[in-house]
Amino acid sequence: MRFSEGQIHRYSRQMILPGVGGKGQRKLADARVFILGAGGLGSPAAMYLAAAGVGTIGLADFDRVELHNLQRQILHRTDDIGLLKVDSGKRTLESLNPEAEIRTYAERITSTNIRQVIKDYHLVLDGSDNFPARFLVNDACFFEKKTLISGAILRFQGQISTFKPQSGGPCYRCLIPEPPPPGTAPSCQEAGILGAVAGIIGVMQANEALKELIGLGESLAGRLLLFDALSLCFDEAKIQRNPSCRLCGDTPEIKDLIDYPLACQG
Amino acid sequence: MTKNKGRNDKISNTSKLPLGGSAVGFNQVAVKKEKRLFRPERELNLKGKICPYTFIESMLALEEMKTGEILRIIVDYPPSVGDVPRSLKNEGYEVLEVAPVNDTDWAIWVRNIELK
Repeated sequence: MRFSEGQIHRYSRQMILPGVGGKGQRKLADARVFILGAGGLGSPAAMYLAAAGVGTIGLADFDRVELHNLQRQILHRTDDIGLLKVDSGKRTLESLNPEAEIRTYAERITSTNIRQVIKDYHLVLDGSDNFPARFLVNDACFFEKKTLISGAILRFQGQISTFKPQSGGPCYRCLIPEPPPPGTAPSCQEAGILGAVAGIIGVMQANEALKELIGLGESLAGRLLLFDALSLCFDEAKIQRNPSCRLCGDTPEIKDLIDYPLACQG
Repeated sequence: MTKNKGRNDKISNTSKLPLGGSAVGFNQVAVKKEKRLFRPERELNLKGKICPYTFIESMLALEEMKTGEILRIIVDYPPSVGDVPRSLKNEGYEVLEVAPVNDTDWAIWVRNIELK
């Protein structure tokens, strides 16, 4: 693929970066990234990936845009209320970068369809808001050998890590073996979330995705980055592959995907 | 930018170029003429283009070329005369020569090398 004049202009400020160049830009153009959730994390992540020239973005969400989403879910506008989030998101991303191919999945992502869906993507971003989805996407990425960039947010805090057990790193279950019992972990609905915190974590997910796709810098695999907005502090915890992990450990017990019950529609 | 201002930029910029030499005849500034010791495998005319596009298009051309091949780039945007060779060197390419072609154009000669 040869870059057009317009593409050179559009991507010039990142193409001049050391390690990016035309080769890196071409990798992005050829890349397919799947984003689970077009909400607080998925919105900023998808926007930066589309803006950067990621060729194909898959956006999965079965929700419709509601007024209380708009405080943080920047893919959507007030006029979009009532639309499917994936339709509203597709329109925003295409207007940002008409070169990006946006594939939408308005159905619920479950154990029956997730592997088929992510098979065609190079990288998966988890922007879901509940534990059943987090474990489902982690397990599916493990079975499909896809790099997973996982983000989570609550109140004034967020966390992010990259999971690539296919390269020897830990998986999400090495960190949290099982979903907490329903009702023990607060949802965004109960606990609240500062919109900018969603932006910070979502943009960092995009940052790590771009690094993984181009092959830049140091991967976040094996490290959990914790962010606290009130003190504006980052902490980093090392996470190692757990040899007794039920999914990726030495004697794995989980051989199939599990649909955990959703405690509430958080 | 007006044409006159462009000309002034050209003169003030070329006087700062680290080219040295004794040949006179380009805007009254002492610079070496283009030696043309090599035969380029490819020529890239970037006249009318400005930074950073001059650098990006040079880099894209080099990425398409084989290791060891030589690219001759023509630019007429004064800042590019310094910036393009510097940026290409930073990337790891071997800049062989930077020299004026005439009153407005400069030639930048670069050898493509295998970048890691």
